[in-house]
Amino acid sequence: MNQTLKHLLIVFGVLGVMMSIAAGLIWVERRLLGFWQDRYGPNRVGPMGVLQPLADVIKILAKEDWVPPFADKPVFILAPAIIVITVLLSFAVVPFTPGIAIANLNIGVLYFLAMSSLGVYSVALAGWSSGNKYSLIGALRASAQMISYEVFMGLSLMGVVMLAGSFNLHEIVEAQRGLWFIVPQFLGFVVFLIAGVAETHRLPFDLPEAESELVAGFHSEYSGMKFGLFFVGEYLGITLISALITTFFFGGWLGPLLPPVVWFFIKTFLFVGFFILLRAALPRPRYDQLIRIGWKLMLPLALLNIVVTGGIILAAR
Amino acid sequence: MNEGNGSVIDELKGEFGAEAVIPQETKDGVPTVWVKNSTAHEVLRFLKNKSPRRFRMLYDLTAIDERVRRQREGQPPSDFTVVYHLLSYDSNEDVRVKTALKEGESIRSITGIWPSANWYEREVWDMFGVRFDGHPHLRRILMPPTWKGYPLRKDHPARATEMGPFRLPEEKSMEEQEAMKFHPEDWGLKPGGEDTDYMFLNLGPHHPGTHGLLRIILALDGEEIVDSVVDIGFHHRGAEKMGERQTWHKFIPYTDRIDYLAGVLNNLPYVMAVEKLAGIEVPDKVKVIRVMLSELFRIESHLVWYGTFAQDLGALSPVFYTFYDRERMFEIIEAICGGRMHPSWFRIGGVAQDLPRGWDGLVRGFLDWMPSRLAEYDSIIMKNSLFKARTKGVGAYTLSEAIEWGVTGPNLRACDFEWDWRKKRPYGGYEWFDFEIPTASVGDCYGRAVVRVEEIRQSMAIVEQCLKNMPAGNYKSRSPLAVPPLKERTMLDIETLIDHFLGVSWGPVIPAGEAAVGVEGAKGNNSYYLVSDGSTMSYRTRIRTPSFPHMQTLPLLAKGLNIPDLIAILGSIDFILADVDR
Repeated sequence: MNQTLKHLLIVFGVLGVMMSIAAGLIWVERRLLGFWQDRYGPNRVGPMGVLQPLADVIKILAKEDWVPPFADKPVFILAPAIIVITVLLSFAVVPFTPGIAIANLNIGVLYFLAMSSLGVYSVALAGWSSGNKYSLIGALRASAQMISYEVFMGLSLMGVVMLAGSFNLHEIVEAQRGLWFIVPQFLGFVVFLIAGVAETHRLPFDLPEAESELVAGFHSEYSGMKFGLFFVGEYLGITLISALITTFFFGGWLGPLLPPVVWFFIKTFLFVGFFILLRAALPRPRYDQLIRIGWKLMLPLALLNIVVTGGIILAAR
Repeated sequence: MNEGNGSVIDELKGEFGAEAVIPQETKDGVPTVWVKNSTAHEVLRFLKNKSPRRFRMLYDLTAIDERVRRQREGQPPSDFTVVYHLLSYDSNEDVRVKTALKEGESIRSITGIWPSANWYEREVWDMFGVRFDGHPHLRRILMPPTWKGYPLRKDHPARATEMGPFRLPEEKSMEEQEAMKFHPEDWGLKPGGEDTDYMFLNLGPHHPGTHGLLRIILALDGEEIVDSVVDIGFHHRGAEKMGERQTWHKFIPYTDRIDYLAGVLNNLPYVMAVEKLAGIEVPDKVKVIRVMLSELFRIESHLVWYGTFAQDLGALSPVFYTFYDRERMFEIIEAICGGRMHPSWFRIGGVAQDLPRGWDGLVRGFLDWMPSRLAEYDSIIMKNSLFKARTKGVGAYTLSEAIEWGVTGPNLRACDFEWDWRKKRPYGGYEWFDFEIPTASVGDCYGRAVVRVEEIRQSMAIVEQCLKNMPAGNYKSRSPLAVPPLKERTMLDIETLIDHFLGVSWGPVIPAGEAAVGVEGAKGNNSYYLVSDGSTMSYRTRIRTPSFPHMQTLPLLAKGLNIPDLIAILGSIDFILADVDR
């Protein structure tokens, strides 16, 4: 009974913490962008504007729940839910500390890859069901981008898996006690990071929404809480990818002095900050350039990483 | 420029016979000839292809409704005059060819000689109802397709109060709705290729990439642009018509709003054209002040372009940096002019006021501040490899294409062509300044960016020279036609009092004549062609803007590329929609 209660507590705890982080990141991103862009950002609601997300949530919930008459209604409503659900499900395998993880799956890595593949349905279906040409183009771009970047996202992690000898995220972290995988797997880290940015459609890989070209792309027609879900999904995605980079390459919760969970969040938030910095700093490549980088550069690099890592492991035996 | 032997008029007389070519005196000294409707086409073809002067650019094409004009001695009778203004880069000369038309008479289209004539002829058709035979797509361009009448005809009302109340009954509303329906064939677009149907995408009128109200109809195959049509006119405010109902002085604020990012740089060609008509010589100090303000506004305009261009390519931050710099410049502008974006500060015969105390410190502060910022932008924008990947080799035209299509300004200089009106035909005091003409080697998006960035530096050099060498003297000419006149003698003698009274109450009466003055604007060559009938108002105000021909090149540049490239091209040609539509 006590065990069940603990599990339930962890499940709801993770859910609650993640949702609040996603909301809080709205404020963090806007303040950081403001800082980097020589302006203030939201600073009026609450101390330093921290209550801005609350105001946003109230506003967004109070908006009319509107579905365009030309949209495919059931799909249109379902699409934003998919992205939030799949990202939240991915958090199930993230080991926050040795004791706090929802599921200690043996195939954690594969599970995460499977969930992130499902995420593309959200964007593709949203764009398609909106009945808007811009959304459709956004959805097409998203699908092509996902297909290209999924491939080497998985491959880039294989080096880590080989070194740790396990698909289990918990064991992968444990395997980094001596040396974080960022050192032997630097190439894998770079490829995974780039794939992760593409996965979350963040600048410079935000082609499916591409404000200046497609006017928000796949979610042009969305408003109110349905739009809010895409927003939350995006921030959850950033948090997830940052958490996984921490887990795979930066020793997860490992670190001296501070409690494990603090280490985990420090590392994660550094990468969240990096994601935001990318958005402040870079222009956006063209669609064909993005796909070309994916297949012609990233895929060979990921494969090379596997071959070299495998060769070294074999030689070391 | 030069009359007498060996002039282009003699050349035309030699080719077509002395009686076929009737020269006309103008105040601006541009050789102007009248030719018959039947020979106009041949004359223009000769000037472009056979004349040793090679007038390769159709600089402007417009018309004048002559039906109520009184003072036109020596000119052939005409109801509507079509005016062709050609430019030769080889010999640095202009020629103006006029053709008299009776009401209802049509003229042969010259789209076969200059592709850029397409939009100009459509505009003349739209505004004057002059029909061009053989034009591929003669339909309204600025006015809506349902518009009745031709706005620039003298019998068309200029004020809403002259038109009766506006009503929109059910059937008219339906008619308007019907006119808005999209049929690709109406725009000369094919509905599909051999085995595909194209997707037609309306980019605009409201779209963040179009920087205003502009509609581009794209025929897409996937994301590839098979064909595109530009639909303009959403920003049409009838500036030319207003020129005919405001006094010479009161039209100045309207000019600010043509290229609304370039403020007083728009006043300059207008007031210089009026001064040419009135024969006013302005003091040196006025010239230097005008140059300084013009260059400050050029920098401002380029800074807006810089930031928004980066934003079009997905970089979110630079626009905040450049707008911050622009804000600093507005502090100077505000201190000097009192206004910010549209100070309307130049006056006929001078400027509105003397420079305020402390202006030099402000300008100095800006000149010290800016170079490090520009260096920073170079590293975050121009040297960024993603930026280069998006702009190099995208949307290029060759030099001959650019000239053929009437491209001017930085876009022309990007095609490795060193041509700047400030250098080649120095006006308003630019001959005193030392600066370079930046060029780029390839006329693509990146080349256009390189030219503009360097122009910011050159303009700063000019502003610095103004700062160091500001002459003493009056801020306005003593001419009786200068508005408002200098006041110190007004209460002392009756002549000056009368001049003052007339100039302020009616506005000045500018002697009859015609003059065009073009300047190197922020976007390209901006010119005002003014016809005075000896009254307090202009008889015809023609505004030749650079963005109009630039916008016309868009389908040419975008063909075969895809949507992100189109956005890059739009950003790189740096247009202002008020400058396109006027």
